[in-house]
Amino acid sequence: MTVQQVVFIIISAFTLLSAVIVVTDRNLFRSAIALMASFLGVAGLYILLDAGFLAVAQIIVYIGAISILIIFAIMMTRRMMQTVESPFNPRPISGAIAAVGVCALLIFIAVSTWPDVEAANVSDIVLRGSVSQMGLFLVSPDAYVIPFEVASVLLLAALIGAVAIARPEKDS
Amino acid sequence: MSFDVIDFLESLFKLTVADYLRQVFGVPEWIIDVVQIFILATFLLLNVLILIWLERKLISRFQDRIGPNRVGGRYGLLQSVADALKMLTKEFITPSGADRIAYNLAPFIIVVSALLMWAVIPFAPGVVGTDLNVGLFYILAVSSISVVALLLAGWGSNNKYALLGAFRSVAQLVSYEVPMVLALLIPIMLAGSMSLQRIVYAQEVWYILVVPLSAIIFLISALAELGRTPFDLLEAESEIVAGYHIEYSGMKWGMFMMSEFINAFFMSALFTTIYLGGWRGPGAVEYPLLGLVYFSIKTFLILFVLIWIRGTFPRVRIDQLLNFNWKFLVPITLVLIMAVALIVKLLPDDVSSWVLAAVLFMANLAIGLGALEIFRRSAHRQRQAVEAARNPGTAPVAGTSPEAHSAPASAH
Repeated sequence: MTVQQVVFIIISAFTLLSAVIVVTDRNLFRSAIALMASFLGVAGLYILLDAGFLAVAQIIVYIGAISILIIFAIMMTRRMMQTVESPFNPRPISGAIAAVGVCALLIFIAVSTWPDVEAANVSDIVLRGSVSQMGLFLVSPDAYVIPFEVASVLLLAALIGAVAIARPEKDS
Repeated sequence: MSFDVIDFLESLFKLTVADYLRQVFGVPEWIIDVVQIFILATFLLLNVLILIWLERKLISRFQDRIGPNRVGGRYGLLQSVADALKMLTKEFITPSGADRIAYNLAPFIIVVSALLMWAVIPFAPGVVGTDLNVGLFYILAVSSISVVALLLAGWGSNNKYALLGAFRSVAQLVSYEVPMVLALLIPIMLAGSMSLQRIVYAQEVWYILVVPLSAIIFLISALAELGRTPFDLLEAESEIVAGYHIEYSGMKWGMFMMSEFINAFFMSALFTTIYLGGWRGPGAVEYPLLGLVYFSIKTFLILFVLIWIRGTFPRVRIDQLLNFNWKFLVPITLVLIMAVALIVKLLPDDVSSWVLAAVLFMANLAIGLGALEIFRRSAHRQRQAVEAARNPGTAPVAGTSPEAHSAPASAH
């Protein structure tokens, strides 16, 4: 049992426990905080996989922006201090079918690719933690420039859409 | 090797005490690491006392009074110790209905995140906690975690005003992260790396002379991130009372104050590392202790500037604050990034760093003055529109306001 395995087990347990709290807790704010904790756990897993930049980006984007946005959205639409939600889905049968389907899909993916991916090969493909390599990937024409540009346009459209929706009515 | 006093002193000057201990006494690695972490964290936590005293003395001098001068001699040097003792003896009053986990976790997270940021600051050549290759990015991530602590504090207090104060704080912090990140992109572009040690090594010319506009924008955003004047309406007594830490007493409140001072000190250190050349100075590479001295001098200089600003400017309202951020700081930073990138690419690769510095300095000056001129004109137009609306009978003459016209008429 190497140190890395112990750390992995601890981080995974933390992440899974937080995820369970997100889904089952009756208090909406506590679910949001548990969501932040699960994002932190995922960042820890990224660090274990030697992707430092990705881990830091995960913390900045997910914990520092998206979770706060979720909390603001909860505050604006519900009364936060007295929010008590029921953790049970009103449609149990379709929920069960969806859960079984997703579980089968994940197991299938994990089982079919497991023997082929070795930990040592991953670092051959991408230079270890090289941010300049990632930057080159994002803008070079034979790599990922098109998805990058499409994502930028999508974000711009979302931003303009949000401003257009939230704009106050022009008086007179 | 046996213990030799001269060698030990030499290792002190070269700041290689850890290597010396390893060679002479065979101290295991992990003990040295733990002692180093312990020294850094204790120094930072105790430094808060000095910072509090410094701030109180300087603010009082700016306000033409003396400041603490009773406890500990003529200069009140032990005033912070007295305050800390008072704070430690106060009772922890937990509000009823407070969520215990969130309420108690918030001060803990906020102090830990303030301390964690110090792991990547280079104090001297070769002296850095851990030289992450995403050092600057890591700092931003840790400051995002401290934002979470604010929400926990605001909600865990079971107090409507604490929650409102927490949301306003979060809005201000998240808004001002944008120009801070964008302004920090420029030294990253110039140095070619996010690692702070590399940024210091790349500064043959201090970056404040190369991109002064970026330094100014970073300073303003850092002031807003710290919640200091002129952006401190979150915790000003006349505003929403104490904001998110209204329900905390004793040492828990002390934790929030401590985190604020540690953050202020950290922003000064970050500013010196990125813009003032960190530990750079004559003789710093041969004698790293000199590097540490230069770093301390520069950091305290910037801290003095922060306290100076606090003693000078009035407070900004929250809508003025957010307007200023989104309508002024972000556009000017974006234009600056484009301009710097263009200039760095257009100049040939082997140009001397001084020429590059001069060209960028001119460009910065041009952009800064241009932006100020644009906003001055638009503010003038807005003021004229307000005047025209207020005095509907007077047609505004170009360049003068109706007051100037009527004043000479009413003088006699």
